[in-house]
Amino acid sequence: MTLMEQVLTIALAAVVNFLTRYLPFVLFTRRDNQRPAPFIVQLGKFLPPAIMTMLVVYCYRGIDLFQGNHGLPELIAGLITAGLHWWRRQMVFSLLGGTLVYILLVNYVFN
Amino acid sequence: MDSRTNLPNNFKYALRTSLPVLFGFMFLGIGYGLYMHNLGFSFLFPTLMAATIYGGSVEFFIANMLLQQFNPVSVLLLTAVLGFRQFFYGVSMLTKYPLQGWRKRVLIYGLADETFVLNYYVKVPQGYDETAVHVWITILNYFYWVTGACLGGLLGSALGMEIKGLDFIMTALFICLAVDQVRKEKSHLSSLSGMVITLVSLVLIGQRYFLVVTLLLLVAEFAVKYWHEQQKEEQR
Repeated sequence: MTLMEQVLTIALAAVVNFLTRYLPFVLFTRRDNQRPAPFIVQLGKFLPPAIMTMLVVYCYRGIDLFQGNHGLPELIAGLITAGLHWWRRQMVFSLLGGTLVYILLVNYVFN
Repeated sequence: MDSRTNLPNNFKYALRTSLPVLFGFMFLGIGYGLYMHNLGFSFLFPTLMAATIYGGSVEFFIANMLLQQFNPVSVLLLTAVLGFRQFFYGVSMLTKYPLQGWRKRVLIYGLADETFVLNYYVKVPQGYDETAVHVWITILNYFYWVTGACLGGLLGSALGMEIKGLDFIMTALFICLAVDQVRKEKSHLSSLSGMVITLVSLVLIGQRYFLVVTLLLLVAEFAVKYWHEQQKEEQR
């Protein structure tokens, strides 16, 4: 990607992200107590879990199960992150724990 | 009441309320800045991305996209679906935020997850100007995040090295967010669909377009489910 394309990518993300925050204030007026259509409301409840598991798979797209270390550091650290977060539900704690385990694994165990 | 007369009061209340976010945003912001340094970017990138995009998960994702082929369709769709929940924050805030003026613009621009949670759920006690407190909380949270990202980028250059394995922080972030969602779900149809459809698309379509295809399939799946439930309702 050229610098220009990088700037365009960032600008596009900034505009779209802002629009998701801004659109309700354009689409609905407070006076008539308008609300989004039921289809949109339901879709908004259905999508978030799927988007997050999709992005987890996205993060794992590059690992090769059949070569090298078979993606073991990624899988072990991922399970530990999920376990820590399931247990304590403290984002900072789980991120720190999971990432430290991964750093130790790739530097000292699977290097 | 003129909000400027009790500015220190409103500010102090907002500062106290936003302290947990200071801790969380600084930590994740520094992690994000270090992550971008690891990818080879100057500290200006995380700082400017934090200031313009101002959305944690989107920024991690975009940082990753910057290293691949230019792909505006994926950027547009992914940012839109990642920001989709914010649409509903706006819907909830319609009656709480002012109708016009610069304060309305600040409040909408800074409507991130944590800011929504504080401004929506924290009951501002009597004697404070509610809108002024909301504006301060919004500005403070924004400041924490941008400062964290900048510090992380600078820290990366100061250390003068890449920490091998630090890039796992993005995976860990999405795993935590997924765990939160899975715990909230009534049925696990959504989280399972996300995982299975993405895996199948990745294998069949390859890395460049699998996210876009997955998103379209997820919406199609939901439309079928929604239509099916409507039919059942009508039969009753």
